Amino acid sequence: MAAGFLARERTIAPPGWSRWLIPPAALSIHLAIGQAYAWSVFKTPLAATLLPGNPNAGVLTALPFELGIIMLGLSAALFGTKVDANGPRWAMVVASSCFVGGFLVSALGCYIGQFWLVVVGYGFLGGIGLGIGYISPVSTLIKWFPDRPGLSTGIAIMGFGGGALIASPLTTQLLAAFGGSGQGATAAGVGQTFLVMGIIYAIFMSVGWLLVRVPPDGWRPEGWTPPTTGVLAGKFDVSARNAIRTPQFWLLWVVLCFNVTAGIGILERAAPIWTDFFGAGAAAAAVTAAAAGYVALLSLANMLGRIGWSTTSDYLGRKNMYRGYLGIGALLYLTITLTTNSSPVIFLICSMLILSFYGGGFATVPAYLRDLFGTYQVGAIHGRLLTAWSVAGVLGPLIVNAIADAQIAAKVEGPARYTTSFIIMIVLLAIGFVCNELIKPVADKFHEERSTATTGAQA
Amino acid sequence: MTTPDSTQDKPATNTLVIGIIAWLWVLIPFAYGLYQLVIKIPALFAG
Repeated sequence: MAAGFLARERTIAPPGWSRWLIPPAALSIHLAIGQAYAWSVFKTPLAATLLPGNPNAGVLTALPFELGIIMLGLSAALFGTKVDANGPRWAMVVASSCFVGGFLVSALGCYIGQFWLVVVGYGFLGGIGLGIGYISPVSTLIKWFPDRPGLSTGIAIMGFGGGALIASPLTTQLLAAFGGSGQGATAAGVGQTFLVMGIIYAIFMSVGWLLVRVPPDGWRPEGWTPPTTGVLAGKFDVSARNAIRTPQFWLLWVVLCFNVTAGIGILERAAPIWTDFFGAGAAAAAVTAAAAGYVALLSLANMLGRIGWSTTSDYLGRKNMYRGYLGIGALLYLTITLTTNSSPVIFLICSMLILSFYGGGFATVPAYLRDLFGTYQVGAIHGRLLTAWSVAGVLGPLIVNAIADAQIAAKVEGPARYTTSFIIMIVLLAIGFVCNELIKPVADKFHEERSTATTGAQA
Repeated sequence: MTTPDSTQDKPATNTLVIGIIAWLWVLIPFAYGLYQLVIKIPALFAG
């Protein structure tokens, strides 16, 4: 157990503490670790300064990010129970230390010209910070907002999507300021960028662990009583150990995995997809700018989906929301496949909705877990479920890139390059839809004794 | 029903000040990122 300032007992909210202080605490962590999606900004400077002339520089500079995402899933799964046991402050301090430590080790790697230190620092150490940081506020938010679990976790998980929006321009500007990009870029300039970003994130994330508090046992929002009706009213508690023995967990794992895979199907190759669909006959500069605009629009849809759909789930129910993400998502993919490039407006609307469902799927899943397994060890269960994300992170790009590359090699032009990929996405979404339909309340034999769950309940 | 030891939703003055600072702490960088994103979108409709 964590001791002293980090101990869970020291984070119990005093009387008068507002629960609206918890979302900014969570956001300060998620907005920081969301930087991971802006990793691509570092790729060219690293290739130019630490791997000059290396023919595999493209693959090598992707390694820190890939290792980071793998470590995100692994650490969330491995440390989920510890995060629940030790409380959110401990988790946020550990996450901040690992994430910031990753930047500092990477800075050292740049200064001494050792690229492997960037891989180990950012990818391994920073990746542990990503995993622990991602799940750190989830169960706390659900306990503070039992009346609005979708809204509360949607705010935090929207932050993860928004982190790249901040990091991308910030990194570009720092690299330019320190001589880490452009003509005459130096490894020291890249190192200085890592160092300064590490310091910025250390300060920014500190608000998270300073502000976060857990509610006292038995706390409820004023005037709110737990619902007693509804199939998934969240009346029971299931331990993380038992949760992975239930079919519900694995059905939800498939639902999340395929929903994420389908979103990545467009997100991964957004710019080339726009170019292949609508680039024919247009000036190259205009197509490049339009493709960048398309990527930006998808990012916006992804982020808005996280907060919008997750909040809607508090009213429509989690199962209905996934019916929409998966069922309507499949129909949207079908529409794109059939209409191809006949209407940019239809294409834009469909792809924006698909990306909003992708984000919504991430943000709604903690509340779905809470409905199924209760709040007892929801953070740990969420951590284990995130392995679905790691698998989807490999599966989605693999499907889209491998098929697109094969089509390009076969001299296929335009939207036809993506027809097979999109059909695969439709099938995956349909399978996910069926899995969601099969999710029923967890059997009584997996429920914790109420006294055990109450005394052991930790945020 | 609210339990006797529950904290109140209506924050005390100092909690309110902390809350405003905390929300600004996260919303200002977020707004900056959002602005940087939104200015790229018009290019999509330029041609």
